[in-house]
Amino acid sequence: MAAMKTRTSSFSRNISGAPTSPIPGLKYGPNGTIFVSSGISDLDKILGGGYPLGSLVVVMEDSEAPHHMLLLRNFMSQGLIHKQPLLYASPSSDPRAFLGTLPSPLSSKDDRSRDRDAEQEKGLRIAWQYKKYFGDEQKVEGRGDGKLEYCNDFDLRKPLERYFFSGQSIDCISLHDNPSLYTFRDRCSAFLAQLPRYDGKITSAGRIAIQSFCSPQCEFSNMEWGMLSFIRYLKSMVRSSNAVAVLTFPHSLVSPSFSKRLQHLADTLLSVRAIQDEDKELAKLLTGYQDMVGLLNIHKVPVILDATTFSMKLQKRRSLVLECLNQAPVDCSSGTSYATSGSCSGSSTSGTLDF
Amino acid sequence: MDRSSSLLDEALDLDGLTTPSPSQPARVVLVEDCVETSGAFILHHLMKRFLSPHSSNAVVFVAFAHPFSHYERILRKMGCNLVVQRDNNRFLFFDMLMLECPGLDGGVGQSIESGLFALYGKIQKAVEVSSLAESKRNITVMIDDLSLMEVAANGSSNHVMDFLHYCHTLTTQFGCSLVTLCHEDIYSSTERATIPLQVEYLADVIIKAEPLASGLATDVHGQLTVLNKGFYDGLGSSRSKMRNFHYRIKENIVEYFYPGSRT
Repeated sequence: MAAMKTRTSSFSRNISGAPTSPIPGLKYGPNGTIFVSSGISDLDKILGGGYPLGSLVVVMEDSEAPHHMLLLRNFMSQGLIHKQPLLYASPSSDPRAFLGTLPSPLSSKDDRSRDRDAEQEKGLRIAWQYKKYFGDEQKVEGRGDGKLEYCNDFDLRKPLERYFFSGQSIDCISLHDNPSLYTFRDRCSAFLAQLPRYDGKITSAGRIAIQSFCSPQCEFSNMEWGMLSFIRYLKSMVRSSNAVAVLTFPHSLVSPSFSKRLQHLADTLLSVRAIQDEDKELAKLLTGYQDMVGLLNIHKVPVILDATTFSMKLQKRRSLVLECLNQAPVDCSSGTSYATSGSCSGSSTSGTLDF
Repeated sequence: MDRSSSLLDEALDLDGLTTPSPSQPARVVLVEDCVETSGAFILHHLMKRFLSPHSSNAVVFVAFAHPFSHYERILRKMGCNLVVQRDNNRFLFFDMLMLECPGLDGGVGQSIESGLFALYGKIQKAVEVSSLAESKRNITVMIDDLSLMEVAANGSSNHVMDFLHYCHTLTTQFGCSLVTLCHEDIYSSTERATIPLQVEYLADVIIKAEPLASGLATDVHGQLTVLNKGFYDGLGSSRSKMRNFHYRIKENIVEYFYPGSRT
């Protein structure tokens, strides 16, 4: 017991953070898994490191709110920052326009300041230093060596800067103009063919983002079996390459059996839900209700979770954070419980679960 | 074998399943699961039991869901090396991830019948060869999973059922067992759910994995219902036996326990 205590003293280095991967944007997990970041640090933490390489992530959309776009945007932006090849498919007729709405990483990062003039940086450095003492100290450590970080924080109000798009392989496919699933499949396999999986030696990881796959705008939206075999094919292709595929679909628009089949195909299954503006009952039940923009449900993951529902909040109206749901204190409860729940909603993430 | 995992074995009467005896006919096992609780761990458990070093049983595995590396990794964690078993011809793996009938419109014109028939031919041959290799050997054909097989057959459930009936004939012909996984919740919304109903009829043992009826819990991950249809009670009559217990999935084992037996 005493030996244990000395080992975990406050001066020992956190072992999980110590082995740094040689390639930015990849993290090595237990049992030989490799993760790529989802672009939301809280989601990475919940999923045990990020999205596993070679897996299919399915997001069930809410019919009333575009919260799935938040997940997609952060996922795509993070990939571009890590210079990973990207394939984006959407039912809109101009999918490339969506790239203009990707969020930019939140200031004070080394990768951004490096590209600035030295003069300008000198002037700003003092201001950057302040940032460190503002909050999450643990996030700041280990950033100093000029490497790209595994997961950035994104400012949803600022678009991603131009130079991230240049010189990278970004493939955009419109599912609206592209009526055949076979051509789409060929594009995907051509994209994945540049990312073969060699054991041990990985040069880069690819990201596939498919938005609103079975929406009525797609020509093939009435071919259920065709779409299922496409996803099955995509899944087995992704398995044998260094890529992650994120696919969102409107589950209220498809038949229940088709939706269930898709959910079974997913390796990681998430769903997003909007919350009503004036839901008095829920507001009474949960703390920080007024800051929430929606709820994220985690249905299926490779790890076993304690909680499955998390709230999505916009911190300072620009960066997305996920939190466990905290039950609001009852009026007559003691002051201590109020203090704990208050601190939970105040911090960027809460590790404990009391709901 | 540790005591905690024996509850499922007991309910399945696995000793009768792994050691062939004249009184105990070969059996058909159906595993039913849903999105919330995957039943894949039952397949892994059965695979490990069948491939235990004390016996010489063989497993013919037809995979539609995952590649070999996936099962290999999980079984290695459970203490069973699939690569060695494959080299010993005790584990025969058919990777059907890319099977599609009919094939791509640009590819070879392959009908649903010919595609599934070719697969059946391969399974039959594998069973035949491994039954010749050793006489007192129980062979198990495992299919993971039926719902994806339906996708591979482009939604033709009749062809999938035909295929299963063919596989069923193998159980009488060679005395082998058949284990299949089926996602039951897919069919819950449809009027005539052909596949689950027919397979349930064929099956001697039905294992159903469901989420806990009372909601999410940290120490219970779900409940299993095992229905053993062909249970012979020594007096010549048969009756079915139903068991219900909870499980909790851990890093490399699954704990089974009766409701309320844990504090």
